Amino acid sequence: MTAQRLISGGRIDRNKIIKFSWDDCWMNGHPGDTLASALMANNEKVIGRSFKYHRPRGIMSAGVEESGAIVTIGEGAKRDANVKATTQELYHGLTAFGQNAWPSVRFDVGSLSNAFSQFLAAGFYYKTFMGLPPFEWGQGTGTWMLYEKLIRRAAGMGTSSREPDPDNYEHGHIFCDVLIVGSGPAGLSAAAKLSQTGLDVLIVEQDFEPGGDYLNQSTTSVKYSQLLENINNSDIRLMTRTTVFGLYDHGTAGLLERVTDHLSSPSAASPRQRFWTVRSKHIILATGALERNIAFGNNDLPGIMTAASATTYLNRFGILPGKKIIISTNNDSAYGVSIALANAGASVKLLDARTTLPSKLSHTAKGHGVDLKASAAALNASGSKSVSGLEIATLNEEAWVQGGSEDCDLVLISGGWSPIINLLSHRGSKPLWDDENCCFMPGSTDEHIEIAGAGIGIWELSKCEVSGEVAAAAAAKALGKTTTDVKKPSSNGWSEKIRPLYEVKIHGKGQKSFVDPQHDVTANDIKLAHQEGFISVEHLKRYTTLGMATDQGKMGNVIGIALMAEALDKNISSVGTTIFRPPYTPVSLGAFTGRNFNNHFRPLRRTPMDEWNISHNATLTDAGLWRRPWYFSRHNETIKEAYIRETTTTRNVVGLCDVTSLGKIAVQGPDATEFLNRIYTNPFAKLPIGKARYGIMLRDDGIVLDDGTTWRLAETDYFMTTTTANAARVMVWLEELLQLRWSDLKVHVTSVSEQWAGCAVAGPLSRDILKSSIETPNLASDENLPFMGVIETKLKNGVPCRIARISFSGEMASEIYVPSDYGPAMMDLLWETAEPLGGCLYGLEALGTMRIEKGHVTGAELDGRVTLEDAGLGKMASNKKDFIGNVLRKRPAMVDDYRPQLVGIFPKNRKEIFNAGAILCNEDNISGLGEGWITGVTYSPVFGHWIGIGFIAGGYKNWISRGAIAADPVRKGNIEVEIVSPHMYDPKGSRHHG
Amino acid sequence: MIRIQCPFCGERDHSEFTYGGDGSIKYPALNAPIKDWLAAVFHRKNIRGLQLESWHHINGCRMWLLVERDTVTHKIESVRAAHIDFQKILKV
Ligand SMILES: [Zn+2]
Repeated sequence: MTAQRLISGGRIDRNKIIKFSWDDCWMNGHPGDTLASALMANNEKVIGRSFKYHRPRGIMSAGVEESGAIVTIGEGAKRDANVKATTQELYHGLTAFGQNAWPSVRFDVGSLSNAFSQFLAAGFYYKTFMGLPPFEWGQGTGTWMLYEKLIRRAAGMGTSSREPDPDNYEHGHIFCDVLIVGSGPAGLSAAAKLSQTGLDVLIVEQDFEPGGDYLNQSTTSVKYSQLLENINNSDIRLMTRTTVFGLYDHGTAGLLERVTDHLSSPSAASPRQRFWTVRSKHIILATGALERNIAFGNNDLPGIMTAASATTYLNRFGILPGKKIIISTNNDSAYGVSIALANAGASVKLLDARTTLPSKLSHTAKGHGVDLKASAAALNASGSKSVSGLEIATLNEEAWVQGGSEDCDLVLISGGWSPIINLLSHRGSKPLWDDENCCFMPGSTDEHIEIAGAGIGIWELSKCEVSGEVAAAAAAKALGKTTTDVKKPSSNGWSEKIRPLYEVKIHGKGQKSFVDPQHDVTANDIKLAHQEGFISVEHLKRYTTLGMATDQGKMGNVIGIALMAEALDKNISSVGTTIFRPPYTPVSLGAFTGRNFNNHFRPLRRTPMDEWNISHNATLTDAGLWRRPWYFSRHNETIKEAYIRETTTTRNVVGLCDVTSLGKIAVQGPDATEFLNRIYTNPFAKLPIGKARYGIMLRDDGIVLDDGTTWRLAETDYFMTTTTANAARVMVWLEELLQLRWSDLKVHVTSVSEQWAGCAVAGPLSRDILKSSIETPNLASDENLPFMGVIETKLKNGVPCRIARISFSGEMASEIYVPSDYGPAMMDLLWETAEPLGGCLYGLEALGTMRIEKGHVTGAELDGRVTLEDAGLGKMASNKKDFIGNVLRKRPAMVDDYRPQLVGIFPKNRKEIFNAGAILCNEDNISGLGEGWITGVTYSPVFGHWIGIGFIAGGYKNWISRGAIAADPVRKGNIEVEIVSPHMYDPKGSRHHG
Repeated sequence: MIRIQCPFCGERDHSEFTYGGDGSIKYPALNAPIKDWLAAVFHRKNIRGLQLESWHHINGCRMWLLVERDTVTHKIESVRAAHIDFQKILKV
């Protein structure tokens, strides 16, 4: 190929020079160029190396279907691998590199594998390395893994950067009436037709210039200018550099907008790409069609392209891609190409595989000096780094025979056209094979989708315009708007039928012809797969990897399916096609992520006391959705030193703990009591006003859902608390019950978790703290505020509060709640008294220690598998009333004595430590899932050694004289443990009753 | 992405909702025989086609809805409030 930039013509600005580098060599291009066109203008031929055989590859197309010119753009953290040079807009300072080659794409040591290519056919790796003894004897995985590493290094594509992506990405949302995908003749005509209807229309174009096939015309079409002007004068929105990569339910589309990928110095404020979600009422697909290759010998040599792409390089980019050109076609479309190239001064030979040629077209072609040959096709290309000659095949009674050879520097192929049906395929519509046009046509859909232009096999530009208007009229009608009538185009625009032609080969003669050049899948691989028994296209695809490269089979799929059909002796329609799935073209992961990462991945929930806690030296931790104090280190204490001190101080003096994160739900209404009585396992009907009760909720299936205390504030007003982890789930559950099941109950539930700030005051001196902190100290006396008592009053500073005497720590304790904004004021007040008394602030770690010592359950224990009995709370089930879960909790497997039950765990050697997550096993059978598991561990100051909480089959009574092992093979190893009652500390509860 | 016409809020993305389950189930009385509860909780149909299901507009109005959805095409035939009183009010 000897390509050359012409002195005039095309849509590039020759007055401006863009400097870019290709494999560290600086070159010139112009605004309007793609990287591929600029490389072609610089007469660069080898742009890539193939995936498996490292064969040299050049530019094969001018668009998203590109399978040869695949490069890496940029360096360092910004390195972007596997970019199609044909879609990369040129900019100042662009740095591009060849990939999958060492030292360079022009001289690649790896190409030696081409010489051994007969060993690298479909399934080669699996067959060779996985089948090697001793693999089959169950020891060979190591062998495979060793080879796999080497294979992956040799066969591959570009490598992505290992550094964090320095670019920003955004998410955006668009609503419209009609989404038009593609701004070619059909898309623009559809939009213009809709411009009078008042409908909100959005056109999306993947290219940087709207126009589609208009851009490939030798002179700017008048119609094109008119359509653009019409659209610019209307409210229609036109997005360029944006790909509709997927269609989803109910008119939703996913779009990728490349915002700065074409700029040399993008503004720091701009995202690199935007991921748009479009919600539309109607969709018009004007996505066009892609020209197909034909499989013939060495059809992957640089200098072999699709025929229409030559017109693009000539008319859009002002490049004559070759001087001595041979075109091989089986349809009408290449005639225009031949004429354009001949007019530009090339010597053009056109081989048409058909015996009957289109009379008018052949006459015109000949008139322009095209050397036309019927019943002929490309057979075998020759040349080392780029094509220099072509053997030609001619038809002899429907069989291909040798027909001489010719020198050339460019071979163009038109094997027919495939409508781009990917987006409709995303909607589950099965493509239908069309024998007349030799392509898969879009299948039917009952969604609000129209398809126009080449997407439904209309091959002539003016007919595509009409087709676009027809689609627009249909969309308008569906949306209740009227437009002038348009008649469907009467024909597809071809005067002579296409000849089905997928492979050219002489019987009995071997050749290397590529079906999927990007994954190095050859015609022989397809035949081999068939010989080995693969008959479904889906299996064929996976075995040969046909269509699994970044182009997703845009060029090769149809040929592969046709060859499979031939091998199976079936017609293509009965072989079918593989299903296209999103995305249409690759989408960077950054675009999906948008800004939702690191701190922005989810909102940070801070308690109203967050700053107060920090100013009192809290170390924070994430607990579920909340950020909570973990421990309050004094004098550089370690976490362990801190929580031991906090626990000891709380047990002996007093401690304050921010418990705001607990879920809080206001349950109100005349039937609130009845409602609570149905959802809790224990009775609530007789809970007096001014009292709280601990309650457990089950699911329908009898498994524990959550636990917490519920306070009766008034006849019809309850204040329910839930665990931090289950707050949202419980709220949803209550709403479901009230709306779906018991709509006769007059109850209102309101989440008030964020409305109340809470502090637990725990320890022997907790009552003293209360007394000095509230307006009427006497209200905190044991008489007025007994265990489980509730009062509503005011703090000394006038802040309204509600207090319940409840205990999670096992000490005498209360929880005080104030309206959220008063949280810090409450803490000031409580701490003012607690600090001089020698009290402390404690965090989650100490809270955990105290609850484990007491054997209180949390989310770690209530994991959705646990019954009341398992949690040691069987007494909590009332047998005098009905409640949710009561029937199914009595199923035989749920009441089995040997179910894992809540236990305490001590290390046998008290000096040893064990881990949460360890499996509890019988000491003489350490295997499998064991007999139980450990959910929480802590160093216990009251015992002076490590303790744990967990579950074990049959509960602790079953293990009194049996040894158990905490098995933790990948971390600590195995530790001998003693199984004890879960109520390890103060089992009678004398401390919290005070 | 499924779009659901919430009778209280209008058409919204499915990401605002959570899926509940089979909306046709009539839960038995709390003291009903175990076979009734087993049927309601475990013996579910796996419908191919139109299915009545419950959805919760959790990131919206918090109302539970009954949605008739085709499990093959995701086409939604109808949406109504789950609470019988709201059904009546919204009909008027
Ligand atoms: Zn709503």
